Amino acid sequence: MTAASVAQPRPALAAEGIGISFGGIRALDGVGFAARAGEVLAIIGPNGAGKTTLFNIVSGVYRATSGRVLLGGEEVTEAPPERLAALGLSRTFQNLQVFFRMTALENVMAGRHLQERAETAANLLSDLFRLPGTRARNRTTRDAALALLDGVGLAEHAEAPAGSLPYGALKRLEIARALATAPRVLLLDEPAAGCNPVETEEINRLIEGVASRGVCVVLIEHDMKLVMRVSRRVVVLNGGRMLAEGTPGEVRRNPEVIAAYLGANVVEEPARPGKPPESAAHA
Amino acid sequence: MVAELLQFLVSGLTVGAVYALVALGFTLIYNASDVVNFAQGEFVMLGGMVTVFATAAGVPLPLAAFLAVLATVAVGLLLHRLAIEPARGASAVTLIIITIGASIFLRGVAQVAFDKRFHQLPGFSGSDPIPLLGAAILPQSFWVLGGAVLIFLGLWLFLERTLAGKAVRATAANRLAARLVGVDTAKVLALSFGVSAGIGAAAGVLVTPITLTSYDVGTLLALKGFAAAMLGGMGSPLGAVVGGLMVGLLEALGAGYVSSAYKDAVAFLVIVAVLFALPQGLFGRSGVERV
Repeated sequence: MTAASVAQPRPALAAEGIGISFGGIRALDGVGFAARAGEVLAIIGPNGAGKTTLFNIVSGVYRATSGRVLLGGEEVTEAPPERLAALGLSRTFQNLQVFFRMTALENVMAGRHLQERAETAANLLSDLFRLPGTRARNRTTRDAALALLDGVGLAEHAEAPAGSLPYGALKRLEIARALATAPRVLLLDEPAAGCNPVETEEINRLIEGVASRGVCVVLIEHDMKLVMRVSRRVVVLNGGRMLAEGTPGEVRRNPEVIAAYLGANVVEEPARPGKPPESAAHA
Repeated sequence: MVAELLQFLVSGLTVGAVYALVALGFTLIYNASDVVNFAQGEFVMLGGMVTVFATAAGVPLPLAAFLAVLATVAVGLLLHRLAIEPARGASAVTLIIITIGASIFLRGVAQVAFDKRFHQLPGFSGSDPIPLLGAAILPQSFWVLGGAVLIFLGLWLFLERTLAGKAVRATAANRLAARLVGVDTAKVLALSFGVSAGIGAAAGVLVTPITLTSYDVGTLLALKGFAAAMLGGMGSPLGAVVGGLMVGLLEALGAGYVSSAYKDAVAFLVIVAVLFALPQGLFGRSGVERV
């Protein structure tokens, strides 16, 4: 591992030996991954495998009990989400963290928070009186936000209150807001959950487009067709541990992975139709 | 008849404006943290007391008022830094209990640093009542109402237009989402404590010529401001203003037409009525979360 990372360019995002316990429960143990700029890495695993918990640690929502997180080579294990946003890491949530009472456009404009200039006394006054400089700046922010909304196919809903948008649209709205922070690393937690095939296709294109611009994309996804198509490498978690890692093809043929998926379905709930979203308990 | 009603209305609006300012202080801190800061009344007390003692020491009134607001803002920031920030991550209930402790502490310090007597400030524009349609209006009432309007406007402009204000609103709307886009919510909370303290102190400076002040006026003001915030809907700045004015008016009309003995009971009746009939308040958000 060490030899390999010396030879290759520094990963945009790396997690090493991540472990976390909730009470007596070891939710993650010795989990790690590394993803480079422009690469799409998928994290898959049965429900309760610890995928979202891993995201919460990497994005600073939880603090790991052991292990470390490196963003562009810099250690950020203890950094809170707002600092990570400033360092170029952004994410979406499986259960949506949207400003429901703002319009779609305002949500994305809020995502540009860090691109706004520092709040000096002069800027404060300029903002209070809406001087031309402030107005020009607000226009720039608005145009950038509109472009991002357009990119996720929500331009016509720009002025709609976020609370009135359907679930699939909110998923894309959250992606647009995450992109507004101009991230170098984008974490997507089940971007296609609850989306119909057409919407999933849009998400697929969106992810490929983002990655092609050099952004490192790490996603958690249950839609295996999407995972197989879009990701270059796949990490499989099961019961809080690493089960496998490799290209989509390798992972698909891995007997342990097949057993974990089939086993989980057969042993836990034989009659479960499809894969329901994971409970918020471990989100 | 009309004169009497007008008299009650003006005095109701005057004291209501003060409750509205206290309620705004509650609202700002609540929005940034889910914490109801029960030391809010002490900010009002400090504003009045510092002004009283500074003018007594020979400082001209405008400067004394400015110093009082500044000192109270410092106290608010220190309260956040020394009592709230170290307990970061504790539940809202724990933090609320900390603010109750801080309120008792500030009252104790004021008792020692100042004294236990009642104090008055002279009216800013004298104290000769202005006759208006048969009612007699204290000039200080106009100072209170005008000052409150200026503070409401300034706060509104700050929240609507400035980056820091927008960060405050984003934090109120969804704390996690705000952090994800890079808002430092700990700073927002510190800012909220500073601004709330400043608003409370300004209210204290404005109202002291009418109501007198002493080390312990904060308790009742906090409870009435809390009633106002509940009535308007916890978390809504507009609700805080409307709720404050309504509690003030109810109090003045109740005292005028029913009995002044029950004046202080009005605020508590309001709390009980709101909890029974309208737990979200007039402008409160409903607790719906989509998952």
